[in-house]
Amino acid sequence: MTEQEVTLMKGNEAIAHAAIRCGCDGYFGYPITPQSEVLETLTELKPWETTGMVVVQAESELAAINMVYGGSGTGKKCMTSSSSPGVSLMQEGISYMAGAELPSLIINVMRGGPGLGTIQPSQADYFQATKGGGHGDYRLIVLAPDCVQEMADFVDLAFTLAFKYRNPAMILADGAIGQMMEKVVLPPFKPRRTEEEIEAECPWAAMGRKSGRGSNVITSLELRSEEMEQINLRLQAKYAEIEANEVRYEEYMCEDADYLICAFGSAARIAKKVIENARAEGIKVGLLRPITLWPFPSKPIQKLSKQVKGILSLEINAGQMIEDIRLAVNGKVPVEHFGRLGGIIPDPDEVVDALKQKLIK
Amino acid sequence: MKEEIIIAGFGGQGVLSMGKILAYAALMEGKEVTWMPAYGPEQRGGTANVTVIVSSDPISSPILSTYDTAIILNQPSLEKFEPKVKPGGTLIYDGYGINNPPTRTDINVYEINAMDAAAEMNLIKTFNMIVLGGLLHIHPIVGIESVLKALRKTLPERHHKLIPQNEEAIRKGMEIIKIKNS
Repeated sequence: MTEQEVTLMKGNEAIAHAAIRCGCDGYFGYPITPQSEVLETLTELKPWETTGMVVVQAESELAAINMVYGGSGTGKKCMTSSSSPGVSLMQEGISYMAGAELPSLIINVMRGGPGLGTIQPSQADYFQATKGGGHGDYRLIVLAPDCVQEMADFVDLAFTLAFKYRNPAMILADGAIGQMMEKVVLPPFKPRRTEEEIEAECPWAAMGRKSGRGSNVITSLELRSEEMEQINLRLQAKYAEIEANEVRYEEYMCEDADYLICAFGSAARIAKKVIENARAEGIKVGLLRPITLWPFPSKPIQKLSKQVKGILSLEINAGQMIEDIRLAVNGKVPVEHFGRLGGIIPDPDEVVDALKQKLIK
Repeated sequence: MKEEIIIAGFGGQGVLSMGKILAYAALMEGKEVTWMPAYGPEQRGGTANVTVIVSSDPISSPILSTYDTAIILNQPSLEKFEPKVKPGGTLIYDGYGINNPPTRTDINVYEINAMDAAAEMNLIKTFNMIVLGGLLHIHPIVGIESVLKALRKTLPERHHKLIPQNEEAIRKGMEIIKIKNS
């Protein structure tokens, strides 16, 4: 495949191609619908024969996330992917990686829950991704792609941010984006980093002790409370820096908007159709699409709240991101929610109806 | 141009692959495409459907409330999607397995007896290409050359010898599709 070839593929397949192309060192995963194509595509592409990237089907999600922990501890670019119930199993490992400040990539192609739930698309893991899920005061950098092209592009972006801040990053997609086929231009090939490059970029990595320096210990354990508080304060300062520098979002037809829809991922695609239809009826609606769910684009939403008469949070869940929107606008304008549950994707017509009922009246 | 299509039938009829070949062909003509399957616990005989959107402009939602064209290959799909065809839109159905044909008069209804034709030609597996041929006769969304290119692209090389049969099936579909109301 040539570098600039336009091709048609599923979001899950795009992730696998992008992982190889961005110089990923290791993928560790366990199959689960609707993201199994990630592992399937990787095993089909056999990157261990070309770039040397390791691909392991682990015995469980618990094993997979701890393989990521181990690999990341040596400064390697390591990732895993799963879907909602599998990502729940990984939460302990994710919290440990946040505590040990390990750069890594976790991909959640969400399905409907709670519990084993359904294999159909959902966005009900917003809270889990952005507010913890694991224990302790930690944050993940969370990117929400809304098309197959972004599934491909965000793999490299997520790794870049993870290494820049020594923090785990997550791509939060859903079954619709994972299973859908669209046009995609795959990113160019980047070679995997050499041992010397890793040593220079990650002086903390456990790569075997060299003479002249102490041991690099990867741990999240510190039993002395005063020390542990200092570690926490350092983490909080890092999170503040990420919040200041890494907010990403898209504004669509907001210039003259009287109403605003906030939506991420596949819901944002539906929102664009809702806007087409609503504008055809003379209702001026715009979209703010958070691309980073954490850090959340509070400021641009706050700014738009001075212009619009109301905000609809369109989510494929029972109302999770709406809490962050309400915090951002602080009561200035009404913020309502619309969503479908259990794996049902809202169709554009019912969202237009909801917009009218809840905000325009 | 923009064409919003739903293809629906039983699992095993080639619903998803027909959509995929149409999407590939459109991609090769430089168009924007989305292919959105209603994925489920997949099984032969279960229901299957896929939404394919082909457009000269970027596509917003891959999930739709109504469609320009519905291709219906079984009775449950007809009941589900006949009401969702836009007024003035198109509904194409295979007569085989449809006991209660469509009744709407504000859309253009076409019948294609693809199952019978595939059996007569002794090419049962090209059933979906006969239906695709019918669609392309009514709405030339993509050229037949692009479809053949798409087949070469999507079929594993060991199956490329089947491409002439597929071409024959597409041409057959173009011939046998007939309008039911007007």
